[in-house]
Amino acid sequence: MIKFFLMVNKQGQTRLSKYYEHVDINKRTLLETEVIKSCLSRSSEQCSFVEYKDFKLIYRQYAALFIVVGVNDTENEMAIYEFIHNFVEVLDEYFSRVSELDVSFSNTVFHSTQQTQCSPSQEPVDELPRMCSPWSPE
Amino acid sequence: RPGANTTAIMPAVSKGDGMRGLAVFISDIRNCKSKEAEIKRINKELANIRSKFKGDKALDGYSKKKYVCKLLFIFLLGHDIDFGHMEAVNLLSSNKYTEKQIGYLFISVLVNSNSELIRLINNAIKNDLASRNPTFMCLALHCIANVGSREMGEAFAADIPRILVAGDSMDSVKQSAALCLLRLYKASPDLVPMGEWTARVVHLLNDQHMGVVTAAVSLITCLCKKNPDDFKTCISLAVSRLSRIVSSASTDLQDYTYYFVPAPWLSVKLLRLLQCYPPPEDAAVKGRLVECLETVLNKAQEPPKSKKVQHSNAKNAILFETISLIIHYDSEPNLLVRACNQLGQFLQHRETNLRYLALESMCTLASSEFSHEAVKTHIDTVINALKTERDVSVRQRAADLLYAMCDRSNAKQIVSEMLRYLETADYAIREEIVLKVAILAEKYAVDYSWYVDTILNLIRIAGDYVSEEVWYRVLQIVTNRDDVQGYAAKTVFEALQAPACHENMVKVGGYILGEFGNLIAGDPRSSPPVQFSLLHSKFHLCSVATRALLLSTYIKFINLFPETKATIQGVLRAGSQLRNADVELQQRAVEYLTLSSVASTDVLATVLEEMPPFPERESSILAKLKRKKGPGAGSALDDGRRDPSSNDINGGVEPTPSTVSTPSPSADLLGLRAAPPPAAPPAPAGAGNLLVDVFDGPAAQPSLGPTPEEAFLRFVCKNNGVLFENQLLQIGVKSEFRQNLGRMYLFYGNKTSVQFQNFLPTVVHPGDLQTHIRLNVTKRVAAQVDGGAQVQQVLNIECLRDFLTPPLLSVRFRYGGTPQSLTLKLPVTINKFFQPTEMAAQDFFQRWKQLSLPQQEAQKIFKANHPMDAVLTKAKLLGFGSALLDNVDPNPENFVGAGIIQTKALQVGCLLRLEPNAQAQMYRLTLRTSKEPVSRHLCELLAQQF
Repeated sequence: MIKFFLMVNKQGQTRLSKYYEHVDINKRTLLETEVIKSCLSRSSEQCSFVEYKDFKLIYRQYAALFIVVGVNDTENEMAIYEFIHNFVEVLDEYFSRVSELDVSFSNTVFHSTQQTQCSPSQEPVDELPRMCSPWSPE
Repeated sequence: RPGANTTAIMPAVSKGDGMRGLAVFISDIRNCKSKEAEIKRINKELANIRSKFKGDKALDGYSKKKYVCKLLFIFLLGHDIDFGHMEAVNLLSSNKYTEKQIGYLFISVLVNSNSELIRLINNAIKNDLASRNPTFMCLALHCIANVGSREMGEAFAADIPRILVAGDSMDSVKQSAALCLLRLYKASPDLVPMGEWTARVVHLLNDQHMGVVTAAVSLITCLCKKNPDDFKTCISLAVSRLSRIVSSASTDLQDYTYYFVPAPWLSVKLLRLLQCYPPPEDAAVKGRLVECLETVLNKAQEPPKSKKVQHSNAKNAILFETISLIIHYDSEPNLLVRACNQLGQFLQHRETNLRYLALESMCTLASSEFSHEAVKTHIDTVINALKTERDVSVRQRAADLLYAMCDRSNAKQIVSEMLRYLETADYAIREEIVLKVAILAEKYAVDYSWYVDTILNLIRIAGDYVSEEVWYRVLQIVTNRDDVQGYAAKTVFEALQAPACHENMVKVGGYILGEFGNLIAGDPRSSPPVQFSLLHSKFHLCSVATRALLLSTYIKFINLFPETKATIQGVLRAGSQLRNADVELQQRAVEYLTLSSVASTDVLATVLEEMPPFPERESSILAKLKRKKGPGAGSALDDGRRDPSSNDINGGVEPTPSTVSTPSPSADLLGLRAAPPPAAPPAPAGAGNLLVDVFDGPAAQPSLGPTPEEAFLRFVCKNNGVLFENQLLQIGVKSEFRQNLGRMYLFYGNKTSVQFQNFLPTVVHPGDLQTHIRLNVTKRVAAQVDGGAQVQQVLNIECLRDFLTPPLLSVRFRYGGTPQSLTLKLPVTINKFFQPTEMAAQDFFQRWKQLSLPQQEAQKIFKANHPMDAVLTKAKLLGFGSALLDNVDPNPENFVGAGIIQTKALQVGCLLRLEPNAQAQMYRLTLRTSKEPVSRHLCELLAQQF
């Protein structure tokens, strides 16, 4: 089961976060900092799955942007790993020529896309994603 | 692709639609050079919007949408918004998609519990749900799911199943309805009524539309966990759906083909759904499923249809889930071995991710009797992974796998490899490796000299990571096995020769030489004076705890080797010992010095006799490893589970219950409950009240009855009574239990003259209690309870396994507009499932002896809190559930009882003995059962009754 979905840039700023289980707002900041720290410190030779407390992080990097999904231990890691890519492709297609303004108002789209893809969301998006670079899957 | 169709149902936020004012505002904000400038710009905008909303001129839909959008943007930048809700709600009733959508977006992000507004919102949602316009229906469903509050659940939980299974619902609507229902069910399962629709939901697995099937599988997987039998028909449907996907050509499913892999995520979900059930009973279904699993395994061997990594990732996702299912069934040796071979190939794959996952899956395969041998054939590859993998998490998986595949045949090899790895292992995983090595060495030791060598090696290589449990354990084993004592003494003596040895080595050495040094004293190289001076050479570098241990060794030496007495007394007499600043060291030095000079050799020999063997129990190391791996590691997400209702953090926060707020027992952080609470006045002795007040403190404030905790304790020995009472509400309980089943009637009485609203009692299973005991509400109560009225709720109880914590009852309602909530422990304790057993004295003693392992017994000696009355005691013991056996105990004052605790999974035989001591006003209670936690738990429960 997916517990949360994060988009974080290399500077460690959260661009989008979505939680499917209640997490206290103060704890979120801490969680996000720790999560991104553990992903940033890894090299490309290392695997894309990190054990973190009692759940697992699955992450992918697209240029300067990290997408990190937190799951419980019954989740299929490979399916989530590829789901991240699928999600990115959908966004790429939707914003065929992505501009900052589009993305900053893409909130609705994230909502709908995520809703149909994983499971209904519990909480609203925290922050508008402000991504300047076009999606460029590595 | 699943994604492709989502774009089809979401009308694009078209660029031409451009709200220019909004674009300008956003770029203004972006251009702000400082935080102050941004705040200034925002305040200006807020003032502008406020004046527009307040203005006399009615705003058109477009302007309203634009301003609401700006507010939303400001909110998402992190500023509070305290107006505009009404305008957003107005947008909901617009007929233009974009206006309605922005309205819903605002509502989803900024929910407010303002009840007036909620009513309007619900009304708009209701209209949209009934509109038959699929995009409007979807928006409404998304909003319900996003907000997901209890109120919305209450308002719509009944409608959504209808929309979901209606014949004329569009595919996109069905899809949204399934996911919305899933969300509501996860938030408050009690609100989603099971019924005739459940059978029809299962048939959605046959739906033409793959999106609907995907959503339905998610929903069913969640629902079937609670009621597996209701959804059993999903097995054959899932199998046939899976079979159709797996055997379809790589382009058959069009949108749902991902890089030439047909519907990968749906396949994974179907395979996961099947893991909720045992293998299909129907031979045809099973045959078809096995065929599917074989096809997946075969496909893994075929050349890839695309060189793209996405293709192989998607394929492997299905493969890993297939292997999980094969392991879950654990009944097809052929498939298990094939799975193992497939994973073996991955062990050497160039992709780190695959190596990681292969090691992880293989770890579970190693525990199956069918594939254990097959896993063992990969030992060299795994050892190699442990040595060469660059990623610590992969190495850790390799270490886990070695641990799982270890048995008597390969233990020596694996242990020596793990020891070698330990020298270079990352600090983060050293302690775990140490524990694993210690466990394997003990478990598979054929000769104990190997075991001793291994543990001493552990201390030598990673002394800092060798916890107390590990070195305590080696001492226990050496003490209990006389064939290894001489070897152990010789080995530690040699190990201590090293110029720098770890303090843990000194501890082990000190203890072993103190006990068994005599076994090597014959050799002049390790004569008593040599042993002593070797130990004492380490003394000054050690911590206080170790020095204390060494002092004990010294006094043991005086007993073992009288020739060392003078030297040792000299050491003890030194000022640095006798006047040591540390009280423990000083005391030991003084006492040992006196003991050695005052006591005769006989007395000394008796006092310092060799340690008796330790009782055998579960290895404390194993317990420690379990703790390390256990969920107690602390989770950031934990809190969510405890309080699923508080989901809105940005928007309005439900006012906290003000008047009645009984803290839930689990949340008693301040330990208030442990302190004497305002107690009821002590009941007169012998008033027939079974539980006399245990707290002597004066009543600090008038209280209507016992505290919830006391009330709960009363129910341990009885089934009927009042569970809770305050000024507003009384909760009475009537219950009956038989075998492992029970039925409980809960009576809720409204003591006021005002109607309670939204009255909602729910049963909560904290932690994984649900797998131990099942409670079903068979009779629900109405949401309104009139003043002075009483309503009844019926619970069916089934005890599946033994359990220690009771389920909780959470009651919420509104009294005169104020929300009230309380949480109580339900009086369901393990002893309720007692079947009394009569037996003769001889049988009793025979069984008593059979349960003689130390962990099977629990004993408590405690002071009587109530008058010691034999009749009352008898009544309590019978109420507790056991049979009372007369003429068993030679002492007629004592009580002896026997019974069997019935659970679905197992039966636990229990014997008990209560020995009152009237003179001392004390009891001794002894429980022996065939299950350790049960003994302790029963003992604690019962001890609180007297």
